[in-house]
Amino acid sequence: MSGRITEIGRWQGFLLQLPLLVWLVVLWLLLWGHITVISVLTGVIVALVVTRLFYLPPVDLSGRFSVYWGLAFAWHFAVDLVRASVLVAWQAVDPRGVPVNSVLAVQLHTRSDLIMTLTAEAISLVPGSLVVEVDRERSLLYVHALGTPDDAAIERVRHSVLVVEERIVRTLGSEHDVWMINRERRAAGRPPLRLSARQRRYEDAREGR
Amino acid sequence: MSAAELLDLGSVLFLFAAALLSLAAGVGIVRFPDPLSRMHAATKPQILGLVCALVALGLQAENGATVAALVPILAFQMLTAPISAHMVGRAGYRTRHLRRDLLIRDELADAIDKAHADAARHDTEPDLPGLVTDEDTSDWRP
Repeated sequence: MSGRITEIGRWQGFLLQLPLLVWLVVLWLLLWGHITVISVLTGVIVALVVTRLFYLPPVDLSGRFSVYWGLAFAWHFAVDLVRASVLVAWQAVDPRGVPVNSVLAVQLHTRSDLIMTLTAEAISLVPGSLVVEVDRERSLLYVHALGTPDDAAIERVRHSVLVVEERIVRTLGSEHDVWMINRERRAAGRPPLRLSARQRRYEDAREGR
Repeated sequence: MSAAELLDLGSVLFLFAAALLSLAAGVGIVRFPDPLSRMHAATKPQILGLVCALVALGLQAENGATVAALVPILAFQMLTAPISAHMVGRAGYRTRHLRRDLLIRDELADAIDKAHADAARHDTEPDLPGLVTDEDTSDWRP
């Protein structure tokens, strides 16, 4: 992975920045509320200036993006958001008293900062959980879960975090991330994710088949 | 019932839902016992309440520009609410503002204890989870 980054040229560097530039221009247009030549032009200029002035390390995109899994993620996210909101709203006013909680360590499969960040963001909004601490070196998320009366509830939260990670990896994870998830699924006797020919070649090469 | 009245009714219902969710979030912040629990109330019902309020506004909008302005509001709330909740929760955990009696399991404390034990055995600095170097974590023990 890192070897690829050092070899990228100017043009590829620009391509990697492109999603950020496009997003900034879209945001600019949304704020103005109309699309004219001037607003697009100023948007492009502002986006370029902002990305030069407030330089951030480039996000290591995998180059994969699955529209289908992106939509599936968005749908599950919306459903979970409504469910979690109603649940927490109920826990807040539940006359039986406040819930018992736990802090659990969830071992993610990915090594990607982007996927870790997205997972942390998504689970904070979704299934009764909140990220207390992040161990980037070991890809560990320490999650505070609200309302976990027993071990079964704790394992349910752990599983739900991993399901969110899996959806994000399916959407934009690298071949390595998909491989890590598939390896665990095979070890647990579950069917692996449906593999593209390219992914199958990658996994065969990594596992020496 | 005319189309405008239907839209009005929709807005009323969404605004009512938004108000209820915000109320529940407020009650949760007062009633939950420690910062970590309170942050749950401050993120989840609050975000859905905001979505409902924005939908109510969107139903009343007369042009696309208003709807377009609602999108970044939601996007930034969704991006920033988890981060601020994480920062407050993290600070709360580190400064021991939490009710241990309400935790049935704490795997972060276990990891910290293990890091301290390993460091004591090998006489090195503890390799703490989420260690930030510009912060004094030498006595960090919840």
